[in-house]
Amino acid sequence: MTTNKPFLEVKNLNVAFPTEDGLVKASSDISFSVARGETLAVVGESGSGKSVTSLAVMGLHNRRSAQISGQAFLNLESGPVDVISADEEVVRKLRGKAMSMIFQDPMSALHPYYSIGNQLVEAWSLYNEGSAQDGKKRAIEMLDLVGIPAASKRVDEYPHQFSGGMRQRVMIAMALINNPSLLIADEPTTALDVTVQSQILKLIRDMQQEFNMALILITHDLGVVAEVADRVNVMYAGKIVESGSAEDIYYRPDHPYAIGLLNSIPRVDKLEDTRLVAIPGQPPSLIHLPQGCSFRARCEFADRVPGNLCATTTPSLDQKGADHFSRCHLPESELVKARVEIGGRK
Amino acid sequence: MLNYLARRLSATLVVLTLVSMSVFGIFAVLPMDPAALTCGKACYPAVIEANRHRLGLDVPVQVQYGRFVKGLFVGRNYGEGAASISCPAPAFGYSFNRHECVTSLIAEAFPVTLSLALGAFVLWISVGVGLGIVAARRRNQWPDRAATVFVLVGTSLPTFISGILILLFVGLKFHLIDPLNLGRWVSPLADPVAWFRTFIFPWIILALAYAASYTRFTRSNVIETSSEDYIRTARAKGLSEKVILQKHTLRAAVAPIVTLAGLDFAGLLGGAIITEQIFNLPGLGRLSIRAVLQDYDLPTIVATTILAATFVVVANLLVDIAYAYLDPRVRVA
Repeated sequence: MTTNKPFLEVKNLNVAFPTEDGLVKASSDISFSVARGETLAVVGESGSGKSVTSLAVMGLHNRRSAQISGQAFLNLESGPVDVISADEEVVRKLRGKAMSMIFQDPMSALHPYYSIGNQLVEAWSLYNEGSAQDGKKRAIEMLDLVGIPAASKRVDEYPHQFSGGMRQRVMIAMALINNPSLLIADEPTTALDVTVQSQILKLIRDMQQEFNMALILITHDLGVVAEVADRVNVMYAGKIVESGSAEDIYYRPDHPYAIGLLNSIPRVDKLEDTRLVAIPGQPPSLIHLPQGCSFRARCEFADRVPGNLCATTTPSLDQKGADHFSRCHLPESELVKARVEIGGRK
Repeated sequence: MLNYLARRLSATLVVLTLVSMSVFGIFAVLPMDPAALTCGKACYPAVIEANRHRLGLDVPVQVQYGRFVKGLFVGRNYGEGAASISCPAPAFGYSFNRHECVTSLIAEAFPVTLSLALGAFVLWISVGVGLGIVAARRRNQWPDRAATVFVLVGTSLPTFISGILILLFVGLKFHLIDPLNLGRWVSPLADPVAWFRTFIFPWIILALAYAASYTRFTRSNVIETSSEDYIRTARAKGLSEKVILQKHTLRAAVAPIVTLAGLDFAGLLGGAIITEQIFNLPGLGRLSIRAVLQDYDLPTIVATTILAATFVVVANLLVDIAYAYLDPRVRVA
C-alpha cells in the first residue's frame, strides 16, 4: 500500500508564532510523507503541534503572523509544488481541489446563514464549470454518498437543522466534492457522541478507499489509531518523537512518551485491579523549550541514560527498525526493561 | 414564517395600545390644568370652563382616551356649532396655543425630521460600516489607528459642541450657510439644491456620533466573525479572500448591525432635538421642545411622544422581520 510515490512529502517543517512573550515554536523539524491510499495518524496531547502542522500544509496560517520554514511538496500530476514557498494564490487553488480538510467541531464549522446545498455548491463551482442545477445535483450525490437520508430534500436545509454527526457528514461531503487527493481530518470525531464517532470514522475510511486519498488523521484517541492507521506519528512539544507503523507503535513503542500514552488508555484484557497510569507533569512551554530532550522533566527513565545526555543534547530522530524512528537516548537494553516495567504495572 | 409574523404583529399592536394609554395617563395626572392654559393672564373662570368643555376635558380620563382613539380613526370635532373646529383623521388633538390641529403641525414638521434622519442615516451607515470593515481588515495598521482617532473624536464630542463649531467655523465663515435662511425648509422635490444646502451640515453633525459608534461596532463584529470556525472552513474550501469577506464574514457580521441601525433610525424619526435646535430646523424635535418649554402644549406633547414610541415599536417589528430573513435560525424559533 505504501510502495507508490508519496503524495505529500513534508521536509523539516517549522512553524513558529511571534508573541509578546516570545517566539512560540509550535512545531519544529517535522518530516513525514503520505501516499495515496495510505493513512497517517498523528497523535499527541493538546498543544503538541498536530493541528499547527497540518494547517501549515493547507496554507491556512496567516503568513503575517506565522513564521514557517521548510518544505511541503504535493506531488501533483503536473509536478511537485512546495506549498510552503508557493504563492498564496497558487496554494489557495490547491485547497479544496488537491487537498481538503475537515475540522474538529462540526457545530461551528458550517456557516449558519447558508443552506447546506449553497455551501456545497459553492465549493463545487470553484473548480467546475456548470449550472447551479449541475452543482446541486452533485451536492445531492455527495450527501447521498456520505449517508444523509433524503439528501434531495435536506440539501435545502440549514446547518442548525442537522445533528452533530450529520453535520460532520456534510463537512466530509463538502471536503470531498472536488475529489481531492489528500484529506486532513483534524480530530473529526472528538466533538461527537461515542456512538456516532465510529460511524464517522468508518465513513472517512470508506471515502478514503472510494477516492483513493492520502489521509492524515489527527487524533488523541489511540483506539482510533489502532483501528485505521497504516503509520503513526507521535508528537510531543512540537516535535515528532516517534514514528512507525501502527504495529511498531503498539507492540514495540520506543519512546517513553509513546509507552506512557499507551498505558494511559484502558484495556479490556487488563481490567482487574489495574489503575490507568497517567504521565505525571505538564508539557513544557513552547516558548522556553528546555535544553536537551523536551520530555526529560516527565520521563522516569532519564536517569538511566549515561552521561546526563537528556539534559544537554536534543535526541535526533533515529532509526530503530525497518521503518521505525524514535527520538530517545535510552539504550536498547534499558528500553526493553522500561516497556516491561510500565506495561506490567498494576 | 406567517405564523411568526402574525404573532409579532399582534404583539406590536398590544404594545402600541399600552404605550398610548400610559402616555395619555401620565398627562392626565400632571398637576396642571390644560383648560387653564388655553387663555392668557386675564382669564375668567367661565372662559376656562367653556374651553374645558370645548376641548372635551370635562369628562373622565378613560372617556377622553376613548375619544382620542376614535379621533385617530375617524377625525374629531372640538366644540359645537359655528365655532367648532374640525380635525380630520388621524386627529391627534387640537393645539389651542397654535390654533391648529396637532396632526397638521406634525405633518409640517415630519418631512423636516425625515429628511434629517434619512440623510444622516445614509451618511453614518456608509461611513461607519465602511470604516469599521477597513479597520478590521487592516487591524493594527494605520487605517485602523486612523479609525480609532475618528471614533474617539466622534464619541467624545457632544452634538451641541460639534454643531456650533461647524456652524461658526465652517458654515458661516466660508459663507456656505446663509444665516437668514438657516434651517429654512424646502422640499427636495421643489429645489433639491437648496434642500441639500439646508441639510448637509446637520447631516454631518448628526451622523458623526453615530458613525463613530458604528465604526467601533462593525470593526469588532468583523474581527470576531473572522475568527469563526466557518470562516476557516471557507478558506479551506479554496475561496478567495474577497469572497470570504463579502459572502461569509459580512453576512454574519452585518446582521446585528441591522438591528441596531433600525432602532437608531426609528429613534431619530421622533425628532433630533439638539441638532434641530442648533440648525433652526422646524422638525419634530423642535415641535416637541417648543411644546414642552414654551407653550405647555399638552396635546402636541402627547402626540409627539406617542408618535416617537410608535416609530420605535414599528422599527422593532421591521428589524425582527429583517433578522428572520437574515438568520435562518430565527425563522423556526
